Amino acid sequence: MDPKKHEMPSQAPEIRAHNFKEVALGYTAEIAVEEAKRCLNCKNQPCVDACPVNISIPEFITHIKTGDFEAAYEVITRTSSLPAVCGRVCPQETQCESRCTMGIKFEPVGIGRLERFVADWHNENIKEAAHKPERNGHRVAIVGSGPSGLTCAGDLAKKGYDVSVFEALHKAGGVLVYGIPEFRLPKAIVAKEIDGLKDLGVDFQTNVVIGKTLTIDELFEMGYEAVFIGSGAGLPNFMRIPGESLKGVYSANEFLTRSNLMKAYEDDPTTPIMKGGNVAVVGGGNVAMDAARTALRLGADNVYIVYRRSMEELPARAEEVEHAMEEGIQFKILNNPVEIIPFENPDDKKDPRNGGVKAIKCIRMELGEPDEKGRRSPVPVEGSEFEIPVDTVVIAIGTSPNPLIKKTTEGLEVNKKGGIVVDEDGLTSRTAIYAGGDAVTGAATVISAMGAGKTAAAAIDKYLS
Amino acid sequence: MYKIVSRKALRPTLTMIEVEAPLVARKAKPGQFIILRVDENSERIPLTVSHCDLEKGTVKVIFQVVGATTVKLNHVMEGEYIQDFVGPLGNATETEGIRKVCIVGGGVGCAIALPVAEEFHRLGAEVTSIAGFRSKDLVILEDEFRACSDKLYIMTDDGSYGREGNVTVPLREILASGEKFDMIIVTGPLVMMKFTVLTAKEFNAPITASMAPIMIDGTGMCGGCRVILHRDGKDVTAFACVDGPDFNGYEIDFDNAITRSRMYNDYERHAYEETCNLFKNA
Repeated sequence: MDPKKHEMPSQAPEIRAHNFKEVALGYTAEIAVEEAKRCLNCKNQPCVDACPVNISIPEFITHIKTGDFEAAYEVITRTSSLPAVCGRVCPQETQCESRCTMGIKFEPVGIGRLERFVADWHNENIKEAAHKPERNGHRVAIVGSGPSGLTCAGDLAKKGYDVSVFEALHKAGGVLVYGIPEFRLPKAIVAKEIDGLKDLGVDFQTNVVIGKTLTIDELFEMGYEAVFIGSGAGLPNFMRIPGESLKGVYSANEFLTRSNLMKAYEDDPTTPIMKGGNVAVVGGGNVAMDAARTALRLGADNVYIVYRRSMEELPARAEEVEHAMEEGIQFKILNNPVEIIPFENPDDKKDPRNGGVKAIKCIRMELGEPDEKGRRSPVPVEGSEFEIPVDTVVIAIGTSPNPLIKKTTEGLEVNKKGGIVVDEDGLTSRTAIYAGGDAVTGAATVISAMGAGKTAAAAIDKYLS
Repeated sequence: MYKIVSRKALRPTLTMIEVEAPLVARKAKPGQFIILRVDENSERIPLTVSHCDLEKGTVKVIFQVVGATTVKLNHVMEGEYIQDFVGPLGNATETEGIRKVCIVGGGVGCAIALPVAEEFHRLGAEVTSIAGFRSKDLVILEDEFRACSDKLYIMTDDGSYGREGNVTVPLREILASGEKFDMIIVTGPLVMMKFTVLTAKEFNAPITASMAPIMIDGTGMCGGCRVILHRDGKDVTAFACVDGPDFNGYEIDFDNAITRSRMYNDYERHAYEETCNLFKNA
């Protein structure tokens, strides 16, 4: 038995740092079968419990062992609507793979890599459209076409519901198309998953802002019997330090949306973005890594991650951090920004660089005593301020829930932070209105949003039947 | 796809289009805006709603041909389609409790100010309008303003039409005469709005400014449209798309807004020239 996972074939760091093509190339069939053989098919299946959508993991891996990849695909899609997406962006190391029995002594089975292989194999080799289930006559509206909405839509459509998905932007996919970059999740993969849902009969209506174009109550008037709100993360947070509104300071949402959804990464884009020079990305999550690696690919000379805690506390996936380091992203850890310093040319008031960014001023931090959660909180080192010369700053410190739906839906309870309050079934304070994903939890992962979409779909099915 | 049912050139670089968008027409109120994309490779541009026709299900917007995207939009003819049209976005202009209002519009900003003036007129408020332009050939919507205003002042910078001077001249005179408004609402270039606010401030008169910053989604996601407000001695970050676009004029950091509005000037100029040359060759 091989103690290590089979390595993922990838583009070399020095090459991929200059293109937007996918970093990981995926297992071949041979590697997949070999990796599948590492699964012990143990009896208690701890990996299944650790998966937010409870994919029957040993079962699909068993089919890979025998080379029946389509059977493996069918097992996965029994519970997951977006296997090609999850195989790429799920934090498997803290979920299924963290509980793998193999992982007690050796490296766990590469479950995520196998899932991705199966989904890609299906997309490449199986051309027939999914079977359209018999309709049951009930109509459900889904608000938002991100991971929670797509999952909820897929599960309900499979059960025969007439599902309409309302999307505010011009393109379906939510964070999968505006947020996660091409090199981590190709747009074609997302498009394929959405086409699969269309084959199941799901209707997508783009350019409809729920809370503006239509309200939730109007959806009920239109004949929808239940509504799922998966409107996602909302307004970007800022640090409230001087200089955050200078030219050249972006929220990660804006920076990534310009590059991904608005295609600013292409050679001749219609939507502009700051390119080149030195870039500081503030934050340590997956979004920060995406922004930093995007800046690098857009042609930056130096890209810095500025994070106030230490490497151990970085909330990003280990693999993303590793990829970023290989590509040459520079980690300025234990530093907290205190000011963004403007560029001013005193001799020329018309200098177009005026009002832009000259540097980011940080203060060094050291880790103090552990807090109640055991996390050692950073404490500023007095008098240790220093400047990093940069031209662009991207703030990636999270988001707060979007206020539009709350404002226009009477009786919809939200918590102190603005997140929609739900019970364990995803039901809100209003009958027949369910919610899940970042709109409930604040910024979290794709798979936890999918889990919430799945839970709500089951509850909606129970409610309507 | 959204059909252009009619279009009208108000001036060589100012066009009104009427777009078939029944859901938007049903909801849009004065002060709100829409975002459109001309085609699959176009950027998203915000434009203020100028008129809605409920029966026809259409929405009129007025745009100035300033950049690559608006050049492209200006080439979409009657009966043709644009890719995307979403709205209404932002909050409607606050009208409650306002019985006497002064509407101040600058240049193309008058196209945004007009529906607000019309709404107040419809609600029975007393409307004073001040519309300022650089010169006579740039004057727009005069008849429309006259129809909804109890008093109308047309100003031109060079004196070629109406009175000579900018909008602050009559505003100062009116306020100095002791006349009081429940609200002054100003729409136009940032510099013009900044000085109109300063004029109102001299008389402690309440004033709202309608902001039109750079934005992408317009629904509270990207944060590009942030406006810095000075409130209770603190800087507050607000978002034009969900908190605005109207803000208390006294609170707005206009200098910062002016700097941010120039973020892509070089890029825009370049793109515009490219587009123009392209059309020349075609």
